[in-house]
Amino acid sequence: MSITPEEVLKIANLARLQIKPDEVEQYAKDLSNIIHLVEQMNAVDTKDIQPMAHPLDATQRLREDEVKEENQREKFQTIAPAAEQGLYLVPKVIE
Amino acid sequence: MYDLSVSQLAEGLRNGDFSSVELTQHCVERMQKFSDLNAFITELGERAILQAQNADKLIKEKNHGPLTGVPIATKDIFCMYGVKTSCGSKMLDSFIAPYDATVTHKLDQAGCVTLGRTNMDEFAMGSSNETSYYGPVKNPWNKDYVPGGSSGGSAAAVAARIAPLATGTDTGGSIRQPAALCGITGLKPTYGRVSRYGMIAYASSLDQGGPFGASAEDCAYLLQAMAGFDEKDSTSLDKAVPDYTQSLNDSIKGKVIGIPEEYFSEGLGVGVKEIIQTAITWYEQQGCEIKSISLPNTDLAIPAYYVIAPAECSSNLSRYDGVRFGYRCDDPKDMRDLYDRSRSEAFGDEVKRRIMIGTYALSAGYYDAYYLKAQQIRHLISDDFKKAFEQVDVILGPTTPEPAFKIGEKTNDPVTMYLSDIYTISINLAGLPAISIPCGQQGGLPVGMQLIGNYFAEETLLNFAHQYQLDTDWHQQIPPGFNE
Repeated sequence: MSITPEEVLKIANLARLQIKPDEVEQYAKDLSNIIHLVEQMNAVDTKDIQPMAHPLDATQRLREDEVKEENQREKFQTIAPAAEQGLYLVPKVIE
Repeated sequence: MYDLSVSQLAEGLRNGDFSSVELTQHCVERMQKFSDLNAFITELGERAILQAQNADKLIKEKNHGPLTGVPIATKDIFCMYGVKTSCGSKMLDSFIAPYDATVTHKLDQAGCVTLGRTNMDEFAMGSSNETSYYGPVKNPWNKDYVPGGSSGGSAAAVAARIAPLATGTDTGGSIRQPAALCGITGLKPTYGRVSRYGMIAYASSLDQGGPFGASAEDCAYLLQAMAGFDEKDSTSLDKAVPDYTQSLNDSIKGKVIGIPEEYFSEGLGVGVKEIIQTAITWYEQQGCEIKSISLPNTDLAIPAYYVIAPAECSSNLSRYDGVRFGYRCDDPKDMRDLYDRSRSEAFGDEVKRRIMIGTYALSAGYYDAYYLKAQQIRHLISDDFKKAFEQVDVILGPTTPEPAFKIGEKTNDPVTMYLSDIYTISINLAGLPAISIPCGQQGGLPVGMQLIGNYFAEETLLNFAHQYQLDTDWHQQIPPGFNE
């Protein structure tokens, strides 16, 4: 299966990426080549094979629900592109 | 001092032959002298001297371990408190980490002196170090050639003897492949052996941190400091860490080495094949039993990887939204514009390609055909190895099909680049440990062999590698121009 230029734009939209008009063709070609590579998987029948989630079949570890970490909002917001009074600043979203 | 092993450095520091400050100054000078390699994104010379002063104090007080005062280069993927941690991306060019990765913390505890932060492929996506926002790293053996990737800066720094040790991460070969291409030793541990906390995520079910050094013995010291259970990483495995230096000298006589026929078929360079065969003969002469084995699903590893890794990366990299940290575009006109332009302006082409492939594979209607199928194939690949390890102690083969390629040679064709990871990727899919050690040269460029072990068999791999290095000197070869 090949990825069409229209699909490139659709995928980019889902991924919140902008692809410049003059780059769409190249992306369509590159992504198609990768999908062709990936489709070699179809050569093998995987009916009844369990999908592998973890190499050692480890399961999610649970812990007691207790407070250990302190909130470090101020420290973390010092690296934000724009923050004020404990809030992240973004363009207006509600008219 | 640049050509001393870690144990020699530790002894010199203990005996007072040189101080950590002197050793660190020596390494910092080399870092600056060889800056044209572009191995470092951030040099931390002044900070390193302060760390070295502290280490000297600890050594004087006899309150030290084997790595106290030993310089190290760390991959720019491990968060380091108060220091820029870029992950090779414009997205994190201004990111000053607000906390330490567990690996960073453990190296601090061990007394290591961090010389600088090494260059890497953007978000660890690449096999040549050419996708870095900070430009490609040059291979010390020939500056027209790539050092491999994604941990290319770390491998080049050790090969050039700037740092005796370096950290790396390996998602599809990113420690072993650059180790092979730069003529040094690099180990990818069992998935879950080294904490991923604070290690910037690419593909979470495959990513694993590990050591680089000139030799297996040096790597044993560094792995010792890096490994261990961490409750901050939900995939960390709670299993005791053995003393990796203890078993280095164990006898390998009578051990069984599996040679996978699929790793020696077409695609493997003739020169590399001969070199690997010579290494196999060496092991045979030591009394190892050589057994031909089959890993029949090897060909499916790259296709499955290029579903699983992009799928996980598309999810992991969704956090870069221009709001909380990282790059933000100028004058966004609305929220959507903020997301779209921040991401598009700050991610490079390879990262965008992988995000898009992952987004496509996970989009409605395609999940079963791609992600589920790839996870099933992952099981088949893992079962191949399980079967093999019922008969053999380790598996031996080439790390890469060819030695290093030229800078720019494969950048226009992503798929050709992907295929160079044919022998390393299946190990990540299975979650196994593997080591690459230098075992020859072709046209002045190093060739590496890969030893693959069963789960948690890092000790066995280091033992096999160390025994080889006791009798050969490929790991002691220093690139011309760097041995002065």
